[in-house]
Amino acid sequence: MLVPVKWLKEYVDIDIDTKELADKLTMSGSHVDSIESVDKGVENVVVGKILEINQHPDADRLVVTKIDVGTEVIQIVTGANNIKVGDYIPVALVGAKLPGGIKIKKGKLRGVDSNGMLCSASELGISDNVVPKENKDGIFILDKEYPLGQDIKEVLGLYGEVIDFEITPNRPDCLSIIGMARETAATLGKTMRYPVIKINNQVDNINQYVKEVKVEAKDLCNRYYTKVVKDIKIGQSPMWMQRRLMEAGVRPINNIVDITNYVMLEIGQPIHAFDLDKVSGKKIIVRRALDGEKIKTLDGVERTLDSSMLVIADDSRPIAVAGVMGGEDSEVTKDTKTILIESANFNGRSVRLTSRKIGLRTEASSKYEKDLDPNLSDIACNRVCQLIEEINAGTVVDGYIDIYDGKSEEKILKLSPEKANRLLGTNIEADEMVRMLNALELKAKLEDNIITVLVPSFRRDLTLEADLIEEVARIYGLDKITPQPLVGTLIKAEKSVIRQIEDKAKNILTGIGLNEITTYSFISPKQYDKLNIPEDSLKRICVEIRNPLGEDFSVMRTTLIGNMLEVLTRNYKYGVEKAWAYEIGNVFIPRELPIKELPYEKRTLSIGMYGNSDFFTLKGIVETLLERLGIKGHEYIREENDPTFHPGRTANIILGNHVLGVIGEIHPDILENYGMKERVYIAELNFELLVLFSNLERKYTPLPKYPSVTRDIAIVVDEEIMAKDIEKIIRENGKNIVESIKLFDVYKGGQIEKGKKSVAYSITYRSHERTLTDEDVSKVHDKIVEKLKENLNAVLRS
Amino acid sequence: MKGETEMKEMLGTIKENALNELSQITKLDDLEQIRVKYLGKKGELTQVLRGMGGLSPEERPIIGQLANEVREIIENEIERIRGKLKVEAKNEKLKSEKIDISMPGKDIEKGHRHPLIGVMEELENIFMSMGFSIVQGPEVETVYNNFDALNSPENHPSRDPSDTFYITDDILLRTHTSPVQIRAMKQSKPPLRIVSAGRTFRFDDVDDTHSPMFHQLEGLVVDKNITMANLKHTIDMFIKELFGSDMKTRFRPHYFPFTEPSAEVDVSCLKCMGKGCEACNGTGWSMELLGCGMVHPNVLRNCGIDPEVYSGFAFGLGVDRIAMVKYGINNIRLLFENDMRFLNQF
Repeated sequence: MLVPVKWLKEYVDIDIDTKELADKLTMSGSHVDSIESVDKGVENVVVGKILEINQHPDADRLVVTKIDVGTEVIQIVTGANNIKVGDYIPVALVGAKLPGGIKIKKGKLRGVDSNGMLCSASELGISDNVVPKENKDGIFILDKEYPLGQDIKEVLGLYGEVIDFEITPNRPDCLSIIGMARETAATLGKTMRYPVIKINNQVDNINQYVKEVKVEAKDLCNRYYTKVVKDIKIGQSPMWMQRRLMEAGVRPINNIVDITNYVMLEIGQPIHAFDLDKVSGKKIIVRRALDGEKIKTLDGVERTLDSSMLVIADDSRPIAVAGVMGGEDSEVTKDTKTILIESANFNGRSVRLTSRKIGLRTEASSKYEKDLDPNLSDIACNRVCQLIEEINAGTVVDGYIDIYDGKSEEKILKLSPEKANRLLGTNIEADEMVRMLNALELKAKLEDNIITVLVPSFRRDLTLEADLIEEVARIYGLDKITPQPLVGTLIKAEKSVIRQIEDKAKNILTGIGLNEITTYSFISPKQYDKLNIPEDSLKRICVEIRNPLGEDFSVMRTTLIGNMLEVLTRNYKYGVEKAWAYEIGNVFIPRELPIKELPYEKRTLSIGMYGNSDFFTLKGIVETLLERLGIKGHEYIREENDPTFHPGRTANIILGNHVLGVIGEIHPDILENYGMKERVYIAELNFELLVLFSNLERKYTPLPKYPSVTRDIAIVVDEEIMAKDIEKIIRENGKNIVESIKLFDVYKGGQIEKGKKSVAYSITYRSHERTLTDEDVSKVHDKIVEKLKENLNAVLRS
Repeated sequence: MKGETEMKEMLGTIKENALNELSQITKLDDLEQIRVKYLGKKGELTQVLRGMGGLSPEERPIIGQLANEVREIIENEIERIRGKLKVEAKNEKLKSEKIDISMPGKDIEKGHRHPLIGVMEELENIFMSMGFSIVQGPEVETVYNNFDALNSPENHPSRDPSDTFYITDDILLRTHTSPVQIRAMKQSKPPLRIVSAGRTFRFDDVDDTHSPMFHQLEGLVVDKNITMANLKHTIDMFIKELFGSDMKTRFRPHYFPFTEPSAEVDVSCLKCMGKGCEACNGTGWSMELLGCGMVHPNVLRNCGIDPEVYSGFAFGLGVDRIAMVKYGINNIRLLFENDMRFLNQF
């Protein structure tokens, strides 16, 4: 929220510079986002009066003007076309400086002397979005006669600063100049000067002008206050008001609209003015709209309403969407003669929902949304009337209509100073607390060690003792609280077992050379198509987001494989030669459809790689991981039916009845779907099962005492014979002296018969009881060869 | 038959010849040749000794001793030269094995932890060392845990579908890690000291500084007599541990529905360390680093903890931003694209 400091000073004395003020207010709870200087670098620009305007002899679009700046009359050539003789305008003299480092020099424009420049608002550093429309593109025409030669900075108030505050949603009372002045007064320890609201001349009676005001939807509007002003003279508002509005980020329109905006900014109560002559039947009915009722709001857009929305209506149709925007039909125009001023209190939730439904958010609606203090209604309305009278824009009609139950209960809260000190860790005197609360206009009194606080109606956010403790804390100054270390029983910090094993797994995988990746929890359902996952697969049953950011992030992932493939493919497309990666994250399994409870979040590990690798690289990594986690007894069973994977190069990892995971080369069809031109190997493991079966206990086994003997064996077998079958036979016939089996060669083609392969193993024999003799070893080795021949049709290679 | 004098002469000559030849030896192999030539079975010295038969019994011991002396001298010289040649050969070998040490080392790659996860763990570890246990919470949460139990007002804008991802009316993707506070307080009675880091979700389009998924870390302490002074101390200690002891902190009053009083904590601008520069708009302070406050009594009550007996503080911070500041990463998208060339830098 923009707060011009000059305006703030009207209500509270500020004797420190703006930076210090900003720091102090930040430290008492109103965070300053930025401070902007109003003077953007204007020097030597003065008030001038246009005496003559003549067509430029050599340029159609230029005119030659004679300007009286008090001390002299100067000639200025300009392209402006909104000026007329007699206008008072800002004149940049020779030697003047303008924002943006512009310097004004003597010159000639198309051969004619020009000794200065007439200025537009933006040339003076005033932002385009607040310049009154009639002044926007042309020279800034001043609102009245000013002393010629006067510094334009004084006339337009081009000095001082505007502070942009970040106001937290619990403090709607700060969304006004008066509100911030109150905070300033409490922070600086000064007294607040509320505007004195006094209307000098009131005539006639409101009942002669308004037939009836009725509130039918009392649940959505708990106060409706109106007054009437007649003999309206629409025109420009005085420059001081225009400038205050501009500095606060509002564009001046005309005196009546400006006054309503001014009071909204000043007091925080949105005001709407209706052209009373356009209010049919001179009746105001505050009611719910009928389904399908239409209104053209004053931005020219026709809107369709429904029965949840509150409208202000006359006897025939809605004339305003309550709290959001008025209707075009009844808006104040240059022909308006009589106005009805609305200063009401609408239900915040209703305004918010309505505003969202019709897709229209205004300054007014954003204030109503936060539930205003109903006591502001009459104050603000009378302030509007006072200002209209002050600038001679109309005559105030006596009397008012106020539909109000009067229920602004003032709340009484109690604060125990001892409790406050205990919670804050401070030693603030109770009297001091009373003083601080009173500075905030919370009427506080100390009685028997308890502070009683009468909470004013503008502090609806204060409902509990804890809220008062916060008030004390922030005015006292959080920086004044001396830090104290925690004391108490020593609690041992713990990490869950699953987390410990996760950390260990990450260490292992990182040590092997894989990079950890992290990918989004939500994916596009197209992923399942790209992975060729069957339509009836469980993997497609997923948690759907009702309001996703787009299809790409619309369902919660049930597998990590898709994201892994995406990462690998992207790396490949960027020309990365080798990518080895892993991710440990959650997949989300719905417990039932439709979703009624939280899904099961299953911790899952994915490993993916391309470049410098093949299936056995991945298998080696998985093996190392399982081994280091102490997992034993698992088997690799071929998986031919998973459409995501290559049917001949994929296996499930099975331990007892459990599938620990899948490991394999990605199916070429899938690679095509992803535009990947290199083979990719991926494993996905159920990390929870890994944790379940892990065993980090280690017990030492004695080192071998007796020497080993190694014998090689090379056999030719049918291609389909699997290594595990050969190894099974070796072990079964090893008579306990086979210590290890190492496959060191697999060979096809060349001299080997078609349909067969040559397989070579190194078998290491060792006994724990004695040194084996050559005879001992030969006996076993020969038996093994015999069995291989017998069971697998193996032929010994020489 | 040779006489004593003759034999003496011969021995002298053998000795001289042997020493002479030995002095010209350059190769270890030649050494053996010399030894055989003079001292071998058919060597010259041996031959002389065989000729000792023609000597008288008085002459024999004299020649015998002389011959032994000569043998010893030759043998010693052989050994000496053997030693010398060995050393030379060794040095020669070392010299020939010289390599260009400026050539690149073998590519032994270790993998890299993801910078974001790494930072998250670093933060967790700092708090673990202060006695905080690490707990986890689900990414998909109930509206109750995410908003209601945390005292969030019904019309709080963060509940809007324009801010939050919903699954059903009662289930959403958690918008902060604060629901873990509720779970922890419902699961265990005080004293509690926990920290929880993880994924959070907000309806934010992807751009350089925003992502619909980001990471937060949450901390909670509940016990008897926990004060705001304790909160300040804990946060100070944490920030000094993370950024160094020169870092200053500023506690500013703020608003969160689940804490009262609430504060935001700024740290000194990392570029100018508090002096004021362009990066911090001259203020000397960086953007707010974390939010914190004393746990709201309503929240304690919602979890079955009596606020008259217990008090607590809570804090939360954005991990992505800290990681980006720490590593100078200027685009949050990099954290989720997982380009290996990016990951390899950490």
